[in-house]
Amino acid sequence: MRSFIHHSNISKIIIHILTILALIVAIGLSVSYGSTKIEFATVWQAVFHFNPELTSHQVVQELRLPRAVSAAFVGAFLAVSGAIMQGMTRNPLASPSIMGVTDGAAFALVLMLAFAPGISNMGLIGSSFVGAGIAVALVFMIGSFSASGLTPVKLALAGVAIGTMLRSVSSIISLHFNLEKEMGFWLAGGLDGTSWTSVQILLISGGVGLLLALSISKSITLLSLGEDIATGLGQNNFLIKILGIVAILILTGAAVSIAGAVGFVGLIVPHITRFIIGTDYRWIIPTSVLFGALLLVLSDVVSRLVNAPFETPVGAITSLIGVPFFLYLARGSGGGK
Amino acid sequence: MNLAEAKKKKKLLSVMVLLFALIVVMFFVSLSTGVIKIAPGDVIKTLFNQGTDRQELVLFDFRLPGILLALLIGAGLAVSGVILQGITQNELADPGILGINTGAGLAVVLFLYFFKNQLDPTSSFSIFIMPVAALVGAVVAAVIIYALAWKKGVNPIRLVLVGIGVNAGFAAFLTIFQLKMDPQDFRQATVWLTGDIWNASWNMVFALVPWMLVLIPIALHKAPSLNVMNLGDEVASGLGTSVESERRFLLFIAVALAGASVAAGGGIAFLGLVIPHIARKIMGPLHQYIIPVSTLLGALLLMVSDTIGKNLLAPTEIPVGIIVSLLSAPYFVYLLMKTK
Repeated sequence: MRSFIHHSNISKIIIHILTILALIVAIGLSVSYGSTKIEFATVWQAVFHFNPELTSHQVVQELRLPRAVSAAFVGAFLAVSGAIMQGMTRNPLASPSIMGVTDGAAFALVLMLAFAPGISNMGLIGSSFVGAGIAVALVFMIGSFSASGLTPVKLALAGVAIGTMLRSVSSIISLHFNLEKEMGFWLAGGLDGTSWTSVQILLISGGVGLLLALSISKSITLLSLGEDIATGLGQNNFLIKILGIVAILILTGAAVSIAGAVGFVGLIVPHITRFIIGTDYRWIIPTSVLFGALLLVLSDVVSRLVNAPFETPVGAITSLIGVPFFLYLARGSGGGK
Repeated sequence: MNLAEAKKKKKLLSVMVLLFALIVVMFFVSLSTGVIKIAPGDVIKTLFNQGTDRQELVLFDFRLPGILLALLIGAGLAVSGVILQGITQNELADPGILGINTGAGLAVVLFLYFFKNQLDPTSSFSIFIMPVAALVGAVVAAVIIYALAWKKGVNPIRLVLVGIGVNAGFAAFLTIFQLKMDPQDFRQATVWLTGDIWNASWNMVFALVPWMLVLIPIALHKAPSLNVMNLGDEVASGLGTSVESERRFLLFIAVALAGASVAAGGGIAFLGLVIPHIARKIMGPLHQYIIPVSTLLGALLLMVSDTIGKNLLAPTEIPVGIIVSLLSAPYFVYLLMKTK
């Protein structure tokens, strides 16, 4: 995809500053909207002059702020995972939800809840990494053993197949152990129930993943030009792919363990980012962080407004935004010829 | 040529007899297993009105309609898959993957939601009208998918990708809709959408029988058109088949079969994809052989899956769609790896 802004670092920096400002406004909106509306001034005071005796301050500090911050992190992580996947596989449809990664993580979570109910939060996150990893490995294996390699349609279908299988087993387990409610939550995706603990978890595990992603961003740019070119330039593709997959697992695992299966963020954001900022992954990854965060914070606000006072799972909102985009891609590069 | 054809017919006959025998055996296994075990001898006795009241109740009111529905739905989905794969010349087409099942499911859920107060859901009228609602949903979904995949003709790969996308869209609408339904209804609807023979009653059996009895023979009658279409659009029109109108008619039959099956059995995925492949492997590429074999194979697979689902974790019943996915998704993966 061509970028419409060429080679000017100043304009890229301006885009970043504007997006950061938009993100701050979006987080402000997210904190002030809800079942009771809280004025911006109160939000400001609650953050900078916290008064524990005021209920509104407590709502902001204990419920709304961690939720908005978690949404930003989860969106950022999913977007970066998608960007790495698309860069490494050169496949426009690669993304965590299409490839069954989120189903894999949800599968591991259900497994843990059923067989190790007393498990700690860190244990849950660890298991969702493993689950995500199994799904990625399966989908990639199908792709690489298949007769014509990992074409977009194969990737999508392999993702559907693996996702369906994992979801089937999850359903059986959850039916048997009466975990349908928890399972339903993970499959729909939602940010209610996030707390500062979630933010901590996201910050620690996701921070590692983000640093890893940034450190290999230059190599991903080379990979996205084609493996032969990258090898020709003296790059160890195998090592980069392993590091890339580790980053994907950490980022997706952390995101899914907090927010469940939020689809399509990892598909859309990298495309938009590439369109605006070009093909250099040293820029694509940080920009995806900001765009992904912005998209999910706004989707979370919409999810609370669309059917107020009830909450709609945020995954449904991102799907509704993502499906037209997916269809556009399917009509274009994905299903071309 | 004639000799080969006679040989083929003989093979068809022996395959059909074998499948039929398997169905009969599994039918009795299925009738006798469950939370309340009934020995096969007692099953036969009960079928001839010699059983106890309790055995009669279990068999006639619960198990028999469920098993008959499984047979009908399995046959319907399998034939729907045969037609879809034939007309799209796409080996990976299936009413589940293309989003037709979800469309039908959404229509049924909407129908139940809006008319729940006017209609008693167990009354025979609403049971007979449900396949119609599902059919409307299936047709709407098919039209949407076909239109979105259209770009100077319908490319098979684009059709599948668009189907996956539309499927996700319908699923999102269903999730949003969840809040408007009361939790009990919603739970039932979600289980049903993963594929569950729901509301198994004699009324549902009677509602479904005419659809299958009319639509499957029509499909069989159209087998020559499907054979010609398999050769590609150009050859087909060269041989005098008016490709587009035949394709639309057959698409309608496939969608109607899928819609009726979804109304009774929910969104059972992969069955319509896998069965035609197995039938083709046994009988070769001609549809007059594939369709009858698929009918019986589909019926058999769904009945077996239903029995497994009822007994694997008894007393918890696992929705049949989950078992079908588990059994057939690996085969799908194998096909995916093999096809170019």
